Parts: sequence; structure tokens; C-alpha cells
Amino acid sequence: MEIDPFIFRLSIFILSIFVGYYVVWSVTPSLHTPLMSVTNAISSVIIVGAIIAALAGSSEKIFEVSNIFGFLAIILAAVNIFGGFLVTQRMLQMYKKKKK
Amino acid sequence: MSSNLSALFYLISGILFILALRGLSSPETSRQGNYFGIAGMLIAIFVTFLSIGNFGPGFIYVIIFLIVGGSIGAFIAFRIPMTAMPELVAGFHSLVGLAAVFVAISAFLKPEAFGLGIVGNIKLASLVEMSLGAAIGAITFSGSIIAFLKLRGIMSGSPITFKGQHLINLILGLTIIFLIYYLCNTQSANIFWSMVIISFIVGVLLIIPIGGADMPVVISMLNSYSGWAAAGIGFTLENSALIITGALVGSSGAILSYIMCKGMNRSFFNVILGGWGATDQTTDIKTKEQKPVKNGNADDAAFLMKNASSVIIVPGYGMAVAQAQHALREMVDGLKKNGVKVSYAIHPVAGRMPGHMNVLLAEANVPYDEVFELEEINNDFANCDVAYVIGANDVTNPVAKSDPQSPIYGMPVLDVEKSKSVLFVKRSLSPGYAGIDNDLFYRDNTLMLFADAKKMTEEIVKSL
Repeated sequence: MEIDPFIFRLSIFILSIFVGYYVVWSVTPSLHTPLMSVTNAISSVIIVGAIIAALAGSSEKIFEVSNIFGFLAIILAAVNIFGGFLVTQRMLQMYKKKKK
Repeated sequence: MSSNLSALFYLISGILFILALRGLSSPETSRQGNYFGIAGMLIAIFVTFLSIGNFGPGFIYVIIFLIVGGSIGAFIAFRIPMTAMPELVAGFHSLVGLAAVFVAISAFLKPEAFGLGIVGNIKLASLVEMSLGAAIGAITFSGSIIAFLKLRGIMSGSPITFKGQHLINLILGLTIIFLIYYLCNTQSANIFWSMVIISFIVGVLLIIPIGGADMPVVISMLNSYSGWAAAGIGFTLENSALIITGALVGSSGAILSYIMCKGMNRSFFNVILGGWGATDQTTDIKTKEQKPVKNGNADDAAFLMKNASSVIIVPGYGMAVAQAQHALREMVDGLKKNGVKVSYAIHPVAGRMPGHMNVLLAEANVPYDEVFELEEINNDFANCDVAYVIGANDVTNPVAKSDPQSPIYGMPVLDVEKSKSVLFVKRSLSPGYAGIDNDLFYRDNTLMLFADAKKMTEEIVKSL
């Protein structure tokens, strides 16, 4: 019997939870705020779905209801991607070691 | 681009996201980690464009909206003051949540574009996945908005509770599950919309009973939710980058919530159900007898610290409110010139989000190797001459170790009282968030400095 592709996705999901668990425990507590802003930025990879939604359908009717939701989602995710990565970068820039 | 090839690229971008988080294990590797994250995002976006392969007029709009959103995001990122970081993160969470809802709605309205079947006959598994994505996304959105309003001070930080609150939440939660079940049977759009709307309401109800100082837990929890919402959408779209990211973010937020709860010695449910602050207001009234405190001024403080050989600074949320981090750094520079050894002690729940104090100190150019976590530094208080408590309160209360009756009993606290003398900057003797008196105020070795944190620190700088 063939294995449902869903099972593969579920395996990826569960393994990633474990990876996330170990990776996040190794994050130093002083970087917990950048951790939150960077997880914010990467979870905006949901923009992939937004792009698909925005471009769905025929090219004559660009602004059907479902496309509009896609475009709105693109704006939201883009704010997050740029905002998230840049603010993380700005924070990380500030962490300096003692000058010897 | 073939779907197999694009799946491989999505996997690569997922791995880059893992490396982005891995980089945060030390400040040296963290910047590189951030670049990995950006690379992963670029790959994911380009691969999506290539796999759709439709470069018609719609594509131009995609680019325009990307630029519009990106400019807004970049503008915010450069302009936001570091003290506003908690509300910024809450605001960003709400956007992820809402984006998840929108993508789910779009997939529900036009399933054929995502290869999920046709309207009225969407694959059952996809329907469940997109409903979960939409429901969690909606809860994340409205919950984060409330958290944002509370952190921004637009809404009062005190818990809003009413009778039967938890029962209503429970009923609404069950209703969502019920509606998803019915949605699968009927494929009805009305049920889908009702489920989304109820989820928005649940998000609001879930966060309003939680008080200001519990915000570190709330923000971490919403962080986690935004991840699970992304994962739900990832399953719908059969996209491994989204599934991996969702799982990473989901577990990251969950771990942070756990660390924050442990920092307060409270269970997750206790925080979520909004226990503290609200219930303990009665206890502080009856213990309000006038006890003598020692009152000092900036000159006393400067004298004490200048002649000390080691000083430990204990910052808290009050430092963020007063924006005192720069003045504090100046003071420390002055002390170092006098040969005083200075370090900083950070309690896990100091501030309004995990790591809040560390970012503020980093902003003020405090080297991160002078900043220590509770476990690292707690033994050093016994050998230190002066502890300078600025804007912290409950996290220094020795009652947490001695009085089993106290609501904060068992919470890990900084052993500030063990240092030879304690300087406590505070505007008044009012109790902290937990609503209990701080025993430390009345100790013989404590000198209270009644003033605004920033003003007092600046005055000390002058008299050094």
C-alpha cells in the first residue's frame, strides 16, 4: 500500500518541532528578544501562500475576491518580513563585547 | 519549475531558517544567522514566483504590494525605539495571524488554485488544515492586538475579568471545533465565516484577563500560536518551508512561555486564566502598617558606590519606562573610572518580554559579557558591596524565599538582600505588580532612593 503524502508532511512537521526544541534551548537568554523578532520574520514565509492566492485564476480578472485577500496578505507578510529582519539586525548590531 | 524541484528549494529555505535560529546561540554568530534567515526568505519567494510562472499583470501588483508592505516594515524597523520592542513584536504577531487568516480564506474561496479540489467539494484533510490555520491565525491576530494595546498603554494593563469568563471561553472553543466538524460535512461558507469570527472573539477574551507584568508569557504564547497557524497553512499548501518554519516558531514560542512561567514559579494555566494581580489586591491593604525605611539621596548613593569594590545593577521594567538605560551606563562608566567592578543581574521575567532588559542595555552600549542571568550571578550578591536596584521590585522580594503564604512564594528571586548595602530606586513604597509589599524596603542595609529612575541616576552621575 502506498503511503499518503500527508504522512510525509506530518513527519517533517514533527521532526521540525524536535529540531526547534533543541535549537531554541541553545539560544542564549540575552538574545530572547531578537529570537522573537526573527521567528516573527521567518513565520512570514506564509507570503508563499499569499502570492499563490494573489495570482490564482485567469490573468484577465486580477482582482477577484480571493485574489484581494491574497494581495492583502502579501502586504501584511511583507511588513513583517522587512520589519522583522531589519529590526533583528538593528538589535544584533548593538550587542558588543567589552573592549579589551 | 517542476514541483519536485521547488519542493527541494523550499526544504533548503527551511534549513536556512533553522540555521537562523541556531545562530542566536551566541551574539557573535547571531548576525550571520540573521543573513541565513534572509537568504531562506528570498529563496522561498523566488521559488514561488518561478513555480507559478505567471508573469502577467497580476505579477506586477504582487511586486507593488511587496514593496509597499516592505517599505512600511523597513520604516517601522528603523524608527522604533528599543523600549517599544514588546509592542512591536506583539504588533508583528498580529500581522502573521491575519495573513494566515487571509490565505486560508482565499484557499477556501478558490481551492482549485491551490490544488485542493473545487468549491463545495474541498478535500477533507485540506479543509481541516485550512480551518485550523484560520482559527489559530484569527486568535493570534485579535489576541496580539489586545496585547499590543495593553503594552502601548492605550488599554489599561490591569486584568479585565468577569464572572463565567472561563466557561464562555471553553464554550466558544468547543464551538469552533464543532463548526470545523460541520464544515467538513456541509462545506458551507457560512459555517466557515462563523468559525473565523468566533475565533477572533476568542482571541480577545483570552488576553483581556491577563495583567501587564504577565505580558512576557502572553507574547511568547502568541509567538507560538503564530507558528502553529503558519504550520496549518503549510499543510494546506503542502509546502515544507512553511511546515518547518511553523514547527520551529511554534516550539520556540512554547519554550519561551515555559521559561517565563518558570521565572515566576507559576503554571502556564495559572497565567492564562489570569490569576495574579487581580485576586491579591486584598492582601496588600491589610499589611499596610507604617514601617520605618531609610531614605537617601543621590550624594549618599554616589558615596556608597564610589567606595565599593563591586556593584551589581538590577534593572527592571521601571528602567525601561523611565528610559534610564543610557544614564545608567554613564553612571557605570563613572564607577569604573573609580576602579569599581560592575556587573548587571537580569531576572528572566524582568521587563515586558523575554530578553527585554538585555536589548535595552545593549542599546546603551553595555557589553553583553557584563550582563548575567539569574543563575549565573545569584551567588555573587553575598560578596558584593552595593546592589543598585533600578526599576525592579517583585523579582528582588526575599519574601518569595521565606513566606509560604505569599503569592510569589517559590518564585526564583535575585538575592539582592545578601549584598552589604542595597540602593533601591523607586518612586514610592507602593507594592509591585504582584500586589505585595517588598520586605527589602525595610531592611537595615537598604537605602531607598525615592525618585524617577532616570533622574536619580543622572544625579548620581553628577555627584560621582
